[in-house]
Amino acid sequence: MFPGYDLIDIAILIVKIALVFAVILTLAAYLVYIERRVLGWIQDRKGPNRVGPLGLLQPLADAIKLLTKEDFRSQGADKWLFYLAPAMSAIPAMLMFAVIPFGAPVTLWGRPVPLQVSDLNAGLLLFLGLSSIAVYGVAIGGWASNSKYALLGSIRGLSQLISYELSMGLSLVPVVMLARSFRLSDIVAAQSGCWFVVYQPLAFLLFLISIVAECKRIPFDLPEAESELVAGFHTEYSGMRFGMFFMGEYVNIIVLGGLAATFFLGGWQGPWLPPMVWFSLKVLGFAFFLIWMRGTLPRLRYDQLMHLGWKVLIPLALVNILVTGWFLLLKGAI
Amino acid sequence: MTILRDIAALLTGMWTTWKHLFRRPVTIQYPEEKRTPPPRYRARIVLTRDPDGGERCVACYLCSAACPVDCIAMQAGEMDNGRRYAEWFRINFSRCIFCGLCAEACPTYAIQMTPDFEMCERDLMHLIAEKEDLLIDGCGKSSDYNFYHHAGIGITQPRGHGLEETAPVDVRGLLP
Repeated sequence: MFPGYDLIDIAILIVKIALVFAVILTLAAYLVYIERRVLGWIQDRKGPNRVGPLGLLQPLADAIKLLTKEDFRSQGADKWLFYLAPAMSAIPAMLMFAVIPFGAPVTLWGRPVPLQVSDLNAGLLLFLGLSSIAVYGVAIGGWASNSKYALLGSIRGLSQLISYELSMGLSLVPVVMLARSFRLSDIVAAQSGCWFVVYQPLAFLLFLISIVAECKRIPFDLPEAESELVAGFHTEYSGMRFGMFFMGEYVNIIVLGGLAATFFLGGWQGPWLPPMVWFSLKVLGFAFFLIWMRGTLPRLRYDQLMHLGWKVLIPLALVNILVTGWFLLLKGAI
Repeated sequence: MTILRDIAALLTGMWTTWKHLFRRPVTIQYPEEKRTPPPRYRARIVLTRDPDGGERCVACYLCSAACPVDCIAMQAGEMDNGRRYAEWFRINFSRCIFCGLCAEACPTYAIQMTPDFEMCERDLMHLIAEKEDLLIDGCGKSSDYNFYHHAGIGITQPRGHGLEETAPVDVRGLLP
């Protein structure tokens, strides 16, 4: 059927996909819980602790609530686009995880199994492409709602995501130059001696700022600014369609955390603990950082956002690429 | 260097929230944890009795006149000895705003506020308290006050027998 693959390979692949899918969706649901708890502690509250022990069943209750809500569509909304947009924001986020290596390769029944759904030789480019596709969810969701707040939110979202994708892509160029590969497993392997964050602290900082903007999180949450736009591009959505947007957002946090770990923090590598534990720790650390930041920082003004993206991040990223290339040339690595 | 100042400001904020992360939450989880309100807390209204066990209320209508939301209603009556009392006395707690003006207005300390604030009901009609619901057996906050020992001259005691009262003067004896 597929040349070079036998049935067992395909079975292993399907099992891997199912596992990754289940773990990511559960983690995304629990990230909401973790976020609410941590935000509560930051604000000297307790956070949700009613449903189940320590409130641990809260995500389940939320899911039941979202599923049983009325599926509402505002008058004059474009029916098909309106129904399509939540999926367009959630699916690319999940697809991105396909290229992330989340553990050291293991050997099962005598055959090597990489803990990665697909070891693409252009994994980094796939990630950049999928994160661009995720923009459509925001754009179409806001456009199809036929509501001024949703439209304003999606316009902001579009310009923000496109601007910050540039600096995100540019900040990854030095990583590729150092690892000399677009393959994510090669990038992880290239960091076995020293994490790239040591060589590239500036690129790491730029990437971190850009992915916070890509997640549409505070301080870059202009597309869904509650205080100005009700809920921005998903104002008109209710029930599980709103839930899909939300899920996409939290899966995005996990995926981008995983990518930050892969590109700069050595991926699954680390001393003493098993590789998968290291990877989860890095992802959860990133998620905690986002939550912590949400509990601290105010929202940027629109012009400040554009100023930061175009006049600060992109020039810095370009200079960083030049300096990295110069150093590599001096070392004779090219 | 404004950028250094800005970064320092960011880090200060992050440090502040980090410290708050480990602070004990101020939440009181109400149905399980209850705090004791201060003794002068203004909640459920009661009608008290004097130390002899009689009703303090003399149905003077001052509380219902003072009430800004008009939730107090009563009907005055008179006993055989001329002492006034409330034939019926009704407080509509669904309207009461617990401002305490009735308790301030009361000349006999009959109407008083207590710290019992848990008075939720599913049925609005259950919030209408009649005299028998309001009347308690104790004296409330002023345990030894008895209005008729100070006032009510000529009704509950003869003239000159009140507590702060001097004996009546024989006006003829003052004539020059």
